[in-house]
Amino acid sequence: MKSFIGIDLGSTTTKAIVLDSEKTVLGRGITNSRSNYAIAAEVAKQEAFLDARFFLFRKLLQDIPALQDQRHDFLSNFEQDFRLEQYYEQLGELGRVCVEGCGDDRLGKDAAETRALLEAVFRQLHDEAPGLFEPGSSRKSDFFRDIAGSQYSSAAEKIASDSTISFDAMLNVFDRSIIEVENLVTDSNDDEAKFMHALERSCARSSNYQDVLEQLHAPLKAVLDTELEETYVIGTGYGRATLPFSKEHIRSEILCHGLGAHIMYPETATVLDIGGQDTKAIQVDPTGIVESFQMNDRCAAGCGRYLGYIADEMNLGLHELGPMAMQSKRKVRINSTCTVFAGAELRDRLSMGEKREDIVAGLHRAIILRAMSILSRSGGIRDQFTFTGGVAKNEAAVVVLRELAFENYGAMTMNVNPDSIFTGALGAATFARRAVVH
Amino acid sequence: MNTAANVQTEVQKEESMLLQKAMISANFDALATAHEDGKKISSTFVPGNLNELLMCFDLVRNLPEINALQSAMRKQTAGYIMEAERSGHSEDVCSYVKSDLGMMAKGQIGPTGKPLPTPDVLLLSYTGCFTFMKWFELVRDQYDCETAMLHVPYQADGEITDNMRDFVVMQLKEQIIPTLERVTGVKFDIDRLRENLKESAKAEEDLVWVLQAAKNRPSPIDAYFGGIYYCGPIFSAFRGSKEATAYYAALRREVAERIEQGLGPITPEGVLDEERIRLVVEGPPNWTHFRDFWKMFYDEGAVVVASSYTKVGGVYDFGFRHDPGNPLETLAEYCLGCYTNRSLPARVDMLCNYMDEYSADGFLVNSIKSCNSFSAGQLLMLREIEERTGKPAGFIETDLVDPRYFSPANVKNRLESYFQMIEQKKAHGERTAA
Repeated sequence: MKSFIGIDLGSTTTKAIVLDSEKTVLGRGITNSRSNYAIAAEVAKQEAFLDARFFLFRKLLQDIPALQDQRHDFLSNFEQDFRLEQYYEQLGELGRVCVEGCGDDRLGKDAAETRALLEAVFRQLHDEAPGLFEPGSSRKSDFFRDIAGSQYSSAAEKIASDSTISFDAMLNVFDRSIIEVENLVTDSNDDEAKFMHALERSCARSSNYQDVLEQLHAPLKAVLDTELEETYVIGTGYGRATLPFSKEHIRSEILCHGLGAHIMYPETATVLDIGGQDTKAIQVDPTGIVESFQMNDRCAAGCGRYLGYIADEMNLGLHELGPMAMQSKRKVRINSTCTVFAGAELRDRLSMGEKREDIVAGLHRAIILRAMSILSRSGGIRDQFTFTGGVAKNEAAVVVLRELAFENYGAMTMNVNPDSIFTGALGAATFARRAVVH
Repeated sequence: MNTAANVQTEVQKEESMLLQKAMISANFDALATAHEDGKKISSTFVPGNLNELLMCFDLVRNLPEINALQSAMRKQTAGYIMEAERSGHSEDVCSYVKSDLGMMAKGQIGPTGKPLPTPDVLLLSYTGCFTFMKWFELVRDQYDCETAMLHVPYQADGEITDNMRDFVVMQLKEQIIPTLERVTGVKFDIDRLRENLKESAKAEEDLVWVLQAAKNRPSPIDAYFGGIYYCGPIFSAFRGSKEATAYYAALRREVAERIEQGLGPITPEGVLDEERIRLVVEGPPNWTHFRDFWKMFYDEGAVVVASSYTKVGGVYDFGFRHDPGNPLETLAEYCLGCYTNRSLPARVDMLCNYMDEYSADGFLVNSIKSCNSFSAGQLLMLREIEERTGKPAGFIETDLVDPRYFSPANVKNRLESYFQMIEQKKAHGERTAA
């Protein structure tokens, strides 16, 4: 089966999309960009191919009447169970690297005790893992670094408190090891075993599923045996120059975001993309061809990282900022879009007794005002207006943008896709398909 | 890479480049020993410079913007700018000014390492850049030297009237020439001026021919990065000299040969063998990363076929030539017609004309962070040109000589995006036409 891959290397996350010849999105993959773009691209692509297997499996399940109404729940469990298998695999690697790291001279006499503590920590992490992937469970992040980091941190703090090894020393071991583990690309030949284990795990959840286990093996095997040929790959995004691709396999993210937005919403005329370090305003023609664009210049003030920094300052997860801002009842004006100055302004406002939700709402408004300036320089907002990038997942940012867009340019259709973070990758995959199909 | 000389590491230069480099270097030598040689020094700016007139008084000509950009290309301006900031000039002040003031504070050593002695007279021919006036106020304060200011009326309505011309001529007669006579002790000789102007007209004729050679496909020159070298002599201390005439004649021969052979422009890495995109560029280049900046264009097969920057020292391609028959009037017309003295609508007309005449695929603005005078209105110009020509326009921001405002990854990213946008539009247009 021919497949066309688009990879978008962002400063924060790397995204991949797999398309088939009929333009159907087979799979989406995302990972943190880490310090190694080539690995990030490979991991995101692998994730997208795994997602494609789930997609194909989902289609085959329609032919199994016994699942009927439970198909959605089953697939959801199955996917979580597969993630758990992946987590176990990476956790095993992390534990090995952490323990091996204690053999070096740096730890001296503390090596043996540190090793013992690490073994205890990883036992605990292993035991806690299923709870993280239970149906309905929420995680602050889907990236291994974040999940394992959070779990490790709380386990190590507790376990180290009863020993002579400091918590900081334990964190050092993690920090040194996670980079190595994160930069390992797993062997996709092992995926079949993980799928099969996950299937058994899912079916063990209920007697209904157990009854159909035998009927599920064959379609899953068929899906896993389907060859997904990497027919053409296009890379885009800030790190595209570092991809081991030749020039014809690389497109600018402006073109990819413009085309991706057009594919998602064919009536799109203006696109706003707020990513980690770039804000782009793009005008496209009715066929998705970019007519003009503007980006933030000279500094990344008011980009996605701004919110990341604020979340860190407030000791919150990035995904918690939007919901907090939505609680705001009062407008607090934050003037600075400079990330560092905004941090100072935040502390100042807190000390003056302003409510956290009001300040956070003010910060969202500041970032969107900056985007409005870039939009106006690109030629303004035209109907339809499509908002993409990581920040488009933030409800508070969407609300402020809608308000300011309508106020300045009148009522219009504003599109925000739940998969907006994949817009650039979708554009890239479409270019990849066109390179072959045209 | 689209150049034929990928394997060569030595920077490729045309013969004319070497020639003009020698001329500019000789001028710095002349400046260094001017006072010992019994000569006086004038400082003046590139737009509206009255070189032919200054030559009549045996003045050695110093051009502060040329010093700043030459220093930037030699990586010297970061220190000068810091020095100027230390003495109270803010981050937003024109970086040419700060580089010059910093250079003065650090001992007046010019870009080639030779001393730059204190000027004897500052001649400010005001042609649209307000900063020039404040710059010379600061320099005058520092050197306590004679200043002559020529007020050139702004071409707000896009035309030169008799009154405007007369006003400039009157100042030349009543203010500028008497001041230069007093400072130098040399009596003004109008026939000498006529002789110089004859040389100017010859050089201008050849320069225009060279710049218009970019109408060919492939263009034999890059009219921005290469064009800057071509304009060096005529923009600086040489217009009106026999050396400049000889230089432009040689340059014309060189370009004619390139056209005959069907060659593209010479880049630092060799001849560009595939012209993929033809651009018109507005705004000066970045000088601190000049070669890196150029590479971002030629690596993508982008050739600049016309630029406004190569017109800041004089607009000749619409027919103006210095006229020895009317020496003072022609100097007045030259100053009035400078690019910097033209209104926004006039500049838009000029750039639209270039887009059309040079069959450009796109229009690019390189906006200068520390230049408030000329950044104002550039987006309006861009929109207007985009609308009138239907060609894609791009916008990047760098700086003249402050290295802190050149972010290579960002500039490259925007340029690549812009070039791909042009190619996408071209391909779509071709498909539609087919």
